[in-house]
Amino acid sequence: MHLESTLRASRDTGRKLLVPYVTGGLGKDWLDVVRACSDAGADAIEIGIPFSDPVMDGVTIQEASQRSLDIGATPESVIAQASELDIAAPIAVMTYYNIVAHMGHARFASLLANAGIDAAILPDLPVDEMKRGGWDATARSHGVECVLLASPTTTDARLVEICAAASGFLYAVSLLGVTGERKGLANTAASMGARLKAATDIPVLLGVGISTPEQAAEASSHCDGVVVGSALVRRLLQSGGPIEAHKFVASLRAALDA
Amino acid sequence: MNPPVRGGGVILGPQGPEPSEAGRFGEFGGRFVPETLIAALEELENEFRAAWHDDAFRSEFSDLLGSYAGRPTPVTECHRLSDKLGVRVLLKREDLTHTGSHKINNVLGQALLTRRMGKGRVIAETGAGQHGVATATAAALFGLECTVFMGAVDVERQALNVWRMRLLGAEVIPVTSGSATLKDAVNDAMREWVASVETTHYCLGSVMGPHPFPWMVREFQRVVGDEAREQCRSILDGGDPDYVVACIGGGSNAMGTFAGFVDLKDTALVGVEAAGLGLETGKHGAAVNRGVPGYVHGMRSLFLQDEHGQVLEAHSISAGLDYPGIGPEHAALAASGRARYESATDDEAVSGFVLLSSTEGIVPALEPAHAIGWLERAVGDTIPSGSTVLVTLSGRGDKDAAQIAERLGSL
Ligand SMILES: Cc1ncc(COP(=O)(O)O)c(C=O)c1O
Repeated sequence: MHLESTLRASRDTGRKLLVPYVTGGLGKDWLDVVRACSDAGADAIEIGIPFSDPVMDGVTIQEASQRSLDIGATPESVIAQASELDIAAPIAVMTYYNIVAHMGHARFASLLANAGIDAAILPDLPVDEMKRGGWDATARSHGVECVLLASPTTTDARLVEICAAASGFLYAVSLLGVTGERKGLANTAASMGARLKAATDIPVLLGVGISTPEQAAEASSHCDGVVVGSALVRRLLQSGGPIEAHKFVASLRAALDA
Repeated sequence: MNPPVRGGGVILGPQGPEPSEAGRFGEFGGRFVPETLIAALEELENEFRAAWHDDAFRSEFSDLLGSYAGRPTPVTECHRLSDKLGVRVLLKREDLTHTGSHKINNVLGQALLTRRMGKGRVIAETGAGQHGVATATAAALFGLECTVFMGAVDVERQALNVWRMRLLGAEVIPVTSGSATLKDAVNDAMREWVASVETTHYCLGSVMGPHPFPWMVREFQRVVGDEAREQCRSILDGGDPDYVVACIGGGSNAMGTFAGFVDLKDTALVGVEAAGLGLETGKHGAAVNRGVPGYVHGMRSLFLQDEHGQVLEAHSISAGLDYPGIGPEHAALAASGRARYESATDDEAVSGFVLLSSTEGIVPALEPAHAIGWLERAVGDTIPSGSTVLVTLSGRGDKDAAQIAERLGSL
């Protein structure tokens, strides 16, 4: 339980948590981008394993996934490359359930564990289907944590079930919609943060749509921290590399620490 | 179980079986979607179940099918085609419905449900534009806002249907992600639904997607099979066809047809998939014949995938069959062996298109032309001469005439 224990320990010192998202296999220097994020003050890193049909993602991450697939990324290659990382921050992969099921639960979980990856986030595998198919049990037996998502439409009864089954952190979807940058923080973010904080002691991170240092700071005042994806990936698509990534993540870090 | 409704000759048989509690048909189906959609799918499931057992809803649906969609559609016996092929061919004439395909049955049901749930907007995906046109039609009829997602490639190929949808008041959004065809239109419709789920109903066009769609769409389409069974009995002196054949995109016209016959052990059920340029070329849409189990578009079913689980592009001459998956109930029928899944190539579909036009004066849509084309090949091979075969003619060919004219040149 490296991800959750790391996040809890930081949170308990009063620090707001920062988890940037990077699409795996996106360009030759993607591992350096991940290292730069870690150096710039990320508390954990989310690595996307690209899938052909990412229904929870907006145009930016769709484009990054497609580009990564076009230059030959596969689930195995992304995980194998990630195993070379020697960073302090724990790692979670984010992908879609078909990738996991196609490889087989046990094989996927053991590849993650052997690569030193701590957790998996599968946004199209809701809690009931996760339990029915047994992914949580297999993941647990390999020491892989299951980050679950809760959304503004999640009922109270389901929220109890989600909190009980989640490990690593609880991903609070800040708005009704898919990933992608937004001009302002959604008005659902504050209530989501407060509602989830009241429901669980697991670290609660708001994500989806959080785009700027200001939004990150505001969102984190309602919970334990934030996930930032499209705003970083857009910079990488616009030919940004480790230097730009470092600069952007450092600006998020500074806003959270202020 | 409610008694059959027979307003104006439309035959709405008793309700068919529900999938298991988790939305499963055998090992297939389920609800593999972002958490945001779960509450809406639960609401839809409950609302549909209640409506489907509510006599007022059923009679309103059946009235609409009669007075608006033009049901019941006839079963036509094809004497000249039968002579030519050496089997007795009956056609269930969904081509004669308003808007020209079976898609209207499903959208009228879903439009009634949309109103019942108090939602004011529908969204839909479309390939050829038939489901988009049907949805735009129902939206105009019910005064609903309507947005249709259509692959940019299909927007090019089916310009007339795009114009029709806009005429009907719908907004048409070209989808440029992925392969810019039907599979990507489904993705974008789902993304839009995640963002607008509180006010919008996703009017899915086939027996696919997360529970309850595969079940609900089959039930809205079962009128095809329920009518055909009775009509066949009156033509066949109380007998049933030996074979019931329908083309498969997502599988809604086939599932609606099969629903009327699935309990008849002596009637064989045959779904015909798109073999495109040939099954061995990799350029086809044959998810049962060449797919493997996977989780895409909210369901566990069979999909064309590469070795890593990335979904492959389908290929078919007909935009309506250009889909790399199939509805979960078909996957279960294939697994149990109750139905068989065959395929017809682009060339065979064109041959079926010409054959039915020239022998019977009925121009089929390219989708059901696959069923005719397969039959042409199968008689004397897998189908014994002298058999009686019901084919669902899911739509008419007007939309395809220009494409075939270009392909065949002057006749
Ligand atoms: C005439 C016609 N038949 C068949 C189909 C395929 O859909 P399904 O398999 O759901 O019946 C379509 C889809 O566009 C169609 O327009």
